[in-house]
Amino acid sequence: MKTIYQAPAVMTGAYMTTCGGCGHGLAAKLLGEIIDELGIARDLLLVLPIGCATNAWEYYQVDSFCALHGRAPAVATGIKRASPERIVVAYQGDGDLASEGMSEIIHATIRGEKLSVIFINNTIFGMTGAQMAPTTMLEQVTSTSPKGKKASDAGEPVLMAELLAQIPGCFSSERVALNNPQNIRAAKRAIKNAIVNQMNGRGLSFVEVLSPCPTGWKTAPVDAIQWIEKEIIPVYPLGVKKQPEEVRNEV
Amino acid sequence: MGMEVLIQGNAAIAESAIRAGCKYYFGYPITPSSEIAEYYAARNHQDGIVYVQAETEMAAFNMVAGVASVGKLGMTATSGPGFCLGVEAVSFMSSAELPAVIVDCMRPGPGDGEILAAQGDYFQLTKGGGHGDYRTIVLAPYSVQELADYTVKAFALAGKYRNPVILASDGALSKQYENAILPEPAQEPEIPDWALRGGETWHTVVTCGYGPAQWEAHCLSLQKKYSEIREREQVWESYQTEDADLILVAYGSAARVVLDAMKRARAQGMKVGMIRPITLWPFPEKAFAGLDRTYLAVELSAGQMVEDVRLSVPDRDKVHFYGKLGGLLPSVEDLMDAMEALVRQKK
Repeated sequence: MKTIYQAPAVMTGAYMTTCGGCGHGLAAKLLGEIIDELGIARDLLLVLPIGCATNAWEYYQVDSFCALHGRAPAVATGIKRASPERIVVAYQGDGDLASEGMSEIIHATIRGEKLSVIFINNTIFGMTGAQMAPTTMLEQVTSTSPKGKKASDAGEPVLMAELLAQIPGCFSSERVALNNPQNIRAAKRAIKNAIVNQMNGRGLSFVEVLSPCPTGWKTAPVDAIQWIEKEIIPVYPLGVKKQPEEVRNEV
Repeated sequence: MGMEVLIQGNAAIAESAIRAGCKYYFGYPITPSSEIAEYYAARNHQDGIVYVQAETEMAAFNMVAGVASVGKLGMTATSGPGFCLGVEAVSFMSSAELPAVIVDCMRPGPGDGEILAAQGDYFQLTKGGGHGDYRTIVLAPYSVQELADYTVKAFALAGKYRNPVILASDGALSKQYENAILPEPAQEPEIPDWALRGGETWHTVVTCGYGPAQWEAHCLSLQKKYSEIREREQVWESYQTEDADLILVAYGSAARVVLDAMKRARAQGMKVGMIRPITLWPFPEKAFAGLDRTYLAVELSAGQMVEDVRLSVPDRDKVHFYGKLGGLLPSVEDLMDAMEALVRQKK
């Protein structure tokens, strides 16, 4: 029999604890494929957030560190400075990175830490029950914005990929989405690029991944994907925000 | 044996840490600790030393946790307001059993407070300080020589028990210059097996529970370790306690004045002794066992260590307190007055 598909070899086979239709599962699989393709399982050190991705330490046969809420870029800084030979990838959600850990990601970027950061943006705090985040869309109903998020109360959605791209220490910044096969392929290329940048000794590479959360959004998975296309992408434009010309076609 | 040098307390901490093999330092400026960061910054990129100026103490403490996770020695130093920000990582490192050394150069609080000597962080340092049931070993030197010696000891204890160790200095001790013999340089320790060391094995640093039964088992294993530390690691110095009617109790900068006061009282024929705790946690309760005397605890606080003294003596009603707040040390005369008042009261 011919094998036409198999799970990435780096994955443990542990059950994923994310809900049906959640983008984290897809992102986790892409990361597994990239680890295999680059052959970096023994060098990778994954720094995980507090949130729906905390349990990702069970998914891979790699060293991992489940940091305190928001502190992944600080922990990753300590690791990379002490062990520069490691490939250090921080994987964070939007409550973790854009709220509790805003200071840590901004300053890791200002210092130009040689890290790769994967930022899963599903516009809410997922694990705690779909509360409003700094990334929540205007008028989006969450459990702490029951009448819809208002700019006058909570401000407009924060565009992390654009924000970090303004900082000289940011080597590359890109926004991708997990809503159709074409975009998923682009997401994989962007994440792989961010890791290869680090392997080549380059500074902070940031990938923002627009990701569905049907449970938190109280939608069917299929509607969640459509909501990304129709509502989220117009506010969060996809594409490269910063990337030096010479690395654009490296992967 | 090294040569005696005249050195500032904070510089002695930094130089001793470097000599103990601690190459990674994460700093955030705060008086009276900043010279430790400056010392490392001056040596950045030399002999593998890495100095990173963190954006906050919170980040600095978490950076130290990152270094510890890969099995290397990291350190940060701060003072009370900064320690408060970093304390989440102290709880984390205790739970994850990551060894690290954190220096608290105590200054008077609450709030921003003042910048001179104080001991008002005692509760925070010795009773956990952060969330959850954890303990950190707390070492309280009283001279620049002891700052050097106990910096080395702090790293040894942190590694031995895989636990954060706090070196408690203060605004007077950290800033003063004294002669000291610095430790001999040591190599960086071997990377331990439990560390995130890459290669064919893989590990996880995680402090999330898997339900109550698993988490209770984890917490009980931590408590077992704390019991062992309590049993084995109490350190103190006793001075002429055998025939003393009155025993003074003090640590850190306060202990220097108290020792002078004890000597003056002895010269005047008063039977006074002294116990100087060096480990604040575990508190040296063994020093007090069976010593049914009158005690006077002297602290640069409103009365924090005195609670542990009361828990350690045969008769808690015989424990008295003298405190100084705001940043200044008591004078020997202040303490003579306090002792004489106690003696009069007894008669």
